[in-house]
Amino acid sequence: MNAQDETITRSRSTGEIMLSCRDVTKEFSVAGSTITAVDDVSLDFPASSVLAVVGESGSGKSTLARMLLRLMPVTSGTISYRGQDVTSLRGRALREYWTEVQAVFQDPFASFNQFFTVGSLLRRGLALAQVPKDEADALIEECLGYVDMRPQEVLHKFPHQMSGGQRQRVMIARALMMRPKVLLADEATSMLDATLRVNVLNVLHDLKNDLGLTVLFITHDIGQACYLADRVAVMERGRVVERGSTEEVIFSPQAEYTRRLLADVPDLRGSLKR
Amino acid sequence: MSTENPEPAGSTGGTLARARNIRCVYGGGETDFTAVDGVSIELGDGEILGLAGESGCGKTTLGNALAMIAVPPLYVLSGTLEIDGDDIDLSTLSTADVARHRPYRGRTVSMLPQGAMNSISPTLRISSLVRDVMRAHDPRISKDEALDLARERLTMLDMPVRALDSYAHQLSGGMKQRMITVISTLQNPRLLIADEPTSALDVSSQRMLVEMLLEMVDQRIMSGVVFVTHDLPVLSQVSDRLAIMNAGQIVESGPTRQLVEDPQHPYTRTLLSSVLDPSHETRARGAARFTAGAGPNPEEVGAP
Repeated sequence: MNAQDETITRSRSTGEIMLSCRDVTKEFSVAGSTITAVDDVSLDFPASSVLAVVGESGSGKSTLARMLLRLMPVTSGTISYRGQDVTSLRGRALREYWTEVQAVFQDPFASFNQFFTVGSLLRRGLALAQVPKDEADALIEECLGYVDMRPQEVLHKFPHQMSGGQRQRVMIARALMMRPKVLLADEATSMLDATLRVNVLNVLHDLKNDLGLTVLFITHDIGQACYLADRVAVMERGRVVERGSTEEVIFSPQAEYTRRLLADVPDLRGSLKR
Repeated sequence: MSTENPEPAGSTGGTLARARNIRCVYGGGETDFTAVDGVSIELGDGEILGLAGESGCGKTTLGNALAMIAVPPLYVLSGTLEIDGDDIDLSTLSTADVARHRPYRGRTVSMLPQGAMNSISPTLRISSLVRDVMRAHDPRISKDEALDLARERLTMLDMPVRALDSYAHQLSGGMKQRMITVISTLQNPRLLIADEPTSALDVSSQRMLVEMLLEMVDQRIMSGVVFVTHDLPVLSQVSDRLAIMNAGQIVESGPTRQLVEDPQHPYTRTLLSSVLDPSHETRARGAARFTAGAGPNPEEVGAP
C-alpha cells in the first residue's frame, strides 16, 4: 500500500469502521478493449461521519458506489462491512446487507413507480421486509419526520404531484425506513435547486448527528462537499489522487487535479467576460 | 414587472430585441395555470441575459415562448417580440399561430433545449444530425454544403472537426453539449435561448461551454443570448445582466455585478445565500448547520 491508502479516521466518530474497501478495481470490456473504471481504491468509512468522494464525470465515483452497494461485482479487491467480508455475499445475507446499507440516487423521479402513490411505495417496501402493518405506519411517520414531512401531506400524492426536493426527501425517508447504518448518496442533490439542496444537505447533517448515520456522499460539486463532509477523497480516472480532512483537501490541495477542479468552480463574483 | 433597461449593461449600444407582456398558461385540464405572468424583457445587441430562478418559476416556459416553440398544453396568451424590424406576435392560440412562427425558428430565434445532448440519435453520426437540422430549415441546402458549414464553424471555434464522424456514445457529455450548441446556431440566429445548457456537466465541461458561448457572441455567430439556469455562479460568469424569476414574474433585474453584490429583493438574497462554493464561509455555514430561507415550493404556487 502507498501513502494514498492511509486509513481515514476521525476524532468525532466512534472509531468503528463501518464500511471499507481494499484494493478495489473494476474493469469493463468494451469493444475488445479493457477500461479500468476504478483502479486499486482503498477507503474506510468511520461510523457517524460523512466522507465525500468528488471528481468529474467518468472518474469512477458511481462505479465505486455501486460496488460498495454490491449492485455490481468487483474485478478484484475486497469490500468489508463492520469487519466482515461482504464481497461475495449472496441470497438472504445480501438482502440483510442491503437493509443496513441503503442508497439515494441522483434522479428521484426515476426512482419512483409513476403509478404508485407515495403511501403505496413506502408501505410496499416495508411489506417486502415483512414489517407488520401497524408498525409500518408508525415507521413511515417517523422517517418522514426526519425529512420534515408529514404523512397526511404526502402519502396520497403521486410522484408528479411533488416538487423535485419533495421527491428526493421521500427517497431519503424510504432509505431510512430500513434503519440503515450507512447511506450512500450518489449525486443525491445534484438535480435540486439551490435552496432545496441546502435543506437536503441539512437533513443528512442532522441524520449523522442524531442517528449516528455514516454517509458516503458522492458529488461532482466541491462546494457541497465543503458544506457537509468531514473528509474528502478526490477521484481522477478511477484512482484516488488526494484525500484528507475537508479543510486540508479544499483549502490546501496537494494534487494538481484537485487544484484544477477547484479553479474551474464558477465564482459568483468572478466573470469570464472579456 | 419588467427587465426593461434603457441602456442594457454590456450591450454594444443598440437594442437587439424587446419582448413585451408575455403571458403563458398551461391548460387543457380542469383549471389553467399561469406559468408566465406578463413578463417583459429587453436585450442589447451583443448582450447575454441570465435568467435565473428555481424549478417551476416559469423560466423554461418563458424561453419556449420566446423561441416560439410552445405547444399544447402550453398556450401563449399574449406577448410580442420586436427583433430585426419585425414585431412578432408570440401568442399561440391555434395551430395557425404555430405555423406562422415557423420562418422565425432557427434563424431569428434558436432554442438550445434542456437535455438536448441526451436526444442525439445513438444510431446516427453527428454529421447526419447536422444535415437533418439544416435541411429541415432550408430544403435547398445540399448535404455537402451543410457539412462544409459545420466544419467551418468548428474550425472557427477551435473544436475538432472529426467529431462530426462520431456517434453520440463516442463523445463526452461536455463535447456532446458543445456540438449541439454549434448545430443549434449554424443558421446564425439573431437570438439564442439556451435552457440549462450547463446543468448536466461537471465544472470543467461547464467552463469550456461557457467560454465557447462567449466566443460565439464575440464572433457575432449570434447577436444575443438568453441563458436560462438555476446555477447563479455560472450565470454570474457569463451574463451582462441578470433577471430573477419567481412564480411567473421577474422580481428583480439589473447588471450582473450590481445584482450579485447588492441584491434588493428578498428572494434574490435567498437564492444568493444558498450558493455553496468551496470557501471558508461555506465551511462555517455547514458547521453552523445553515438553514436556507425556503424557496417557493412549486406546489404551493401551483406549478405544473
